[in-house]
Amino acid sequence: MADLNDLTRLSASELATKLSSGEVSSVEATQAHLDRIAAVDDKVHAFLHVSADALANAKRIDERRAAGESLGELAGVPVAVKDVLCTIDMPTTAGSKILEGWVPPYDATPVAKLRAAGLIPLGKTNMDEFAMGSSTEHSAYGPTHNPWDLDRIPGGSGGGSAAAVSAFEAPLALGSDTGGSIRQPASVTGSVGVKPTYGGVSRYGAIALASSLDQVGPVSRTVLDSALLHDVIGGWDPRDSTSLNEQWPSFAAAARAGAAAESLKGLRVGVIKQLDSPGFQAGVSQRFHEALQLLTDFGAEIVEVDAPHFEYAVEAYYLILPAEASSNLAKFDSVRFGLRVTPEGGGTVEDVMAATREAGFGDEVKRRIILGTYALSAGYYDAYYGSAQKVRTLIQRDFAAAFEKADVLVSPSAPTTAFKLGEKLEDPMAMYLNDVTTIPANLAGIPGMGLPMGLAPEDGLPTGFQIMAPARGDARLYEVGATLERLLEQQWGHTLPSQAPSLG
Amino acid sequence: MDYDKALELFEPTLGFEVHVELNTQTKMFSDAPNPAASGAEHGEPNTMITPVDLGLPGSLPVVNEEAIKYSISLGLALGCQIAPSSRFARKNYFYPDLAKNYQISQFDEPIAFEGSVDIELESGRTITIPIERAHMEEDAGKLTHVGGATGRIQGAEYSLVDYNRAGVPLVEIVTHMITGAEADAPEVGKAYVSAIRDIVRSLGISEARMERGNLRCDANISLSPRGSGKLGTRTETKNVNSMRSVERAVRYEIQRQAAILQKGGTITQETRHWHEDTGVTSAGRPKSDADDYRYFPEPDLLPVEPSLELIEELRAALPEPPAERRKRLKAAWGFTDLEFRDVNNAGLFSEIEATVEAGTTPAQARKWWTGEIARLANLQGADASSLISPADVAALVALMNDGVLNDSLARQVLEGVVAGEGSPADVVESRGLKLVSDDGPLIAAIDEALAAQPDVLAKIRDGKVQAAGAVIGAVMKAMKGQADAARVRELVLERASAE
Repeated sequence: MADLNDLTRLSASELATKLSSGEVSSVEATQAHLDRIAAVDDKVHAFLHVSADALANAKRIDERRAAGESLGELAGVPVAVKDVLCTIDMPTTAGSKILEGWVPPYDATPVAKLRAAGLIPLGKTNMDEFAMGSSTEHSAYGPTHNPWDLDRIPGGSGGGSAAAVSAFEAPLALGSDTGGSIRQPASVTGSVGVKPTYGGVSRYGAIALASSLDQVGPVSRTVLDSALLHDVIGGWDPRDSTSLNEQWPSFAAAARAGAAAESLKGLRVGVIKQLDSPGFQAGVSQRFHEALQLLTDFGAEIVEVDAPHFEYAVEAYYLILPAEASSNLAKFDSVRFGLRVTPEGGGTVEDVMAATREAGFGDEVKRRIILGTYALSAGYYDAYYGSAQKVRTLIQRDFAAAFEKADVLVSPSAPTTAFKLGEKLEDPMAMYLNDVTTIPANLAGIPGMGLPMGLAPEDGLPTGFQIMAPARGDARLYEVGATLERLLEQQWGHTLPSQAPSLG
Repeated sequence: MDYDKALELFEPTLGFEVHVELNTQTKMFSDAPNPAASGAEHGEPNTMITPVDLGLPGSLPVVNEEAIKYSISLGLALGCQIAPSSRFARKNYFYPDLAKNYQISQFDEPIAFEGSVDIELESGRTITIPIERAHMEEDAGKLTHVGGATGRIQGAEYSLVDYNRAGVPLVEIVTHMITGAEADAPEVGKAYVSAIRDIVRSLGISEARMERGNLRCDANISLSPRGSGKLGTRTETKNVNSMRSVERAVRYEIQRQAAILQKGGTITQETRHWHEDTGVTSAGRPKSDADDYRYFPEPDLLPVEPSLELIEELRAALPEPPAERRKRLKAAWGFTDLEFRDVNNAGLFSEIEATVEAGTTPAQARKWWTGEIARLANLQGADASSLISPADVAALVALMNDGVLNDSLARQVLEGVVAGEGSPADVVESRGLKLVSDDGPLIAAIDEALAAQPDVLAKIRDGKVQAAGAVIGAVMKAMKGQADAARVRELVLERASAE
């Protein structure tokens, strides 16, 4: 049993309370997490880089607090940052050899906001190379292991962030979600993750995979913690033209209201027929339907909704994403930054670019660059990229129609629990299908949350419940998510993450 | 082939792509200073850059709203329609001067489309050039090839990249095919580029200096055998960087292609480079319509959707079109064709117009601006307009009209003004250059001169009035030029006959 005084077992919100009351210092909290990282990360490999400045930064926050400065709610709380986000004081590789050792000259906007709010970046978390993957096995720096079963994948691409949180190496983490890279890892590691409305969080400084799909979001062990972190990183950024210029409500307030709700009466919960598939793992479907029953018991109305075009979502996604990625990744050419490989005997700049990209990119990245280049080629554009964009429009219409009938839409966050490392590595299509539940939200730009809904009976591994809301309706996710989380925990008598193996 | 012979056999079809660098304070998609801005200097290599211009991972473009306004104004001045919604697109190709290995441009949805520009040839012939589109894009960086003999990429050991120019806002103006230019084709090229230059200058949206690359012209040329009705294969001659070169390049390509075709050869569709020194074009890379840039809508930027109010506001603020202005001024000033062309070529319309408004006659204004001021400007290697204001030129002329200065004194005053000694009145005062208007000192000087030249006096008295010249000269010299020569002459004749 874990030590109750272990600061790493606290949620971010609990830790923040102790920090503001002076019961605990940020240095102590940060040290506890650094100790935990030192103790377990050689097994988990959630981190690619651990900050050398974390304690000094924590000390500064303690000093500011001691000086009576008014600080943000999460000031002094440690946070892990996915390696896709630029950090001025730590290498940023996006999980790729081509960026090994690269230290950006600027912070990504969400990172700058973390720092401004006094959070303590602990380090950079592992990910599939350029966020391409659903298992973190495509990291050029080796896979991350699922804390629930070290032989299994932690999901991807943000397996590092999810594993860091579920292994108690950090109470909070930042992720990025292009087709499920926050929600699917949350699902298989028993944690909470949110993909905000497209434009809700700035993409400035997030190394782009597919610009029209990427969204930065929070990862945590509780719904409230994700809400608190979302409040910090969200909002308009003049450096990102696609960020939404609007006033967002407090997501933490929404989560608190949801946790305190006495009933869900009047809430229409839409179950998407296409995402409640008999092909999903039995234990996943079982936990999903139990959760639906719980919502019904608590007053919610369950309605079935049809989204006929979702069956094309994965195919459309795997045209749009590679197309945008093939262009976004063109800049990795050795001329201005990153790896440079000169062919034997020298060569032209073209030769150097080719040799660098050959050596610096992994197979999955090359696969998608080739796919995307092809999809955009003259003569194929209409059939591939053009058709995919039409599917995207149809999926947006499916969602619009569904939200006429329901206030939130729900599904399992992933069709299965964590699979074994190596199991799907040689079968890209099987790997791609793992994102069938999460991809539609990215194609439509709407927000989605994944939260734990219990362990699958057959393998004892975490399963995830996904909630989706209309664009700009992120607060609704936190409200409903916090209610469901409370109901489930009341039923279990504990939180799900607390049941994870201690790894000690 | 002889040019006339080429025209006899073939009919030229032209097309131009003119790139205009906008002079906004910052770049198209970043807040880095724009080296093409008014008064900006091109800094040390790679000093006018941000992460966006270097295409660093994670960086994102943000549209410069001023550049959008400039582009709309230019579109309107070209008589184009302005798209209520236009989009940026990525043009993908690998080249080390292109930081992201794609250029943000506009593809199927340009901001302005379907306009026209009237150009007037020296013969008086007017031709309407149909404009297909004007679209916004970013410039690339600049490569310097080191180690080769020619400074070209062939034979170079290595190349240096300067990204200062990367991201400079550009508008590319594309014409439809221009037919019917016939033997005037080279002049059409020159006149068209000149018209675009006048338009962007009148709008104040570009420094429009071709020698600095603010304005760059690519000329598409093809020939079809007379009467065939079939378009020939075109070549695209890149980066012709003066108006005279446009004229020469078009002429050269017509002759070159005609010679090949007449021998039964075929024209290769390709990019060609213009060589200013030798006056020829040479083959660049083959270009085909199948060049695949994999264009797709730029997902990092929203569509550009200017409000109708903004478009109308910009339309209302358009200056008089240069061609109309030229007609109006020509009628108002009454210069000869030659005089007017000199003024036009010297780019002195605004100066002369303002000087006339300040009170001179058009002839007086022209005389000073194309004469003494142009001479001084030439000596100093500066623009005439930077030497003196139209108001000061008018003041100078007024001093002459009032008899305070004669022509030679006025030139000295001008020098003083140009040297920064103040207004013409200030210079007259400080240099003491006033004409002597009191007859007293003049009469004394005349009497002295007459006494010194008794033979001249005798001649005058004999009625040989032209002999007075020698005395007048002596008096002007004695007066250090500060005398009105006409008055001196009157007085000389008066004094000579008075004895």
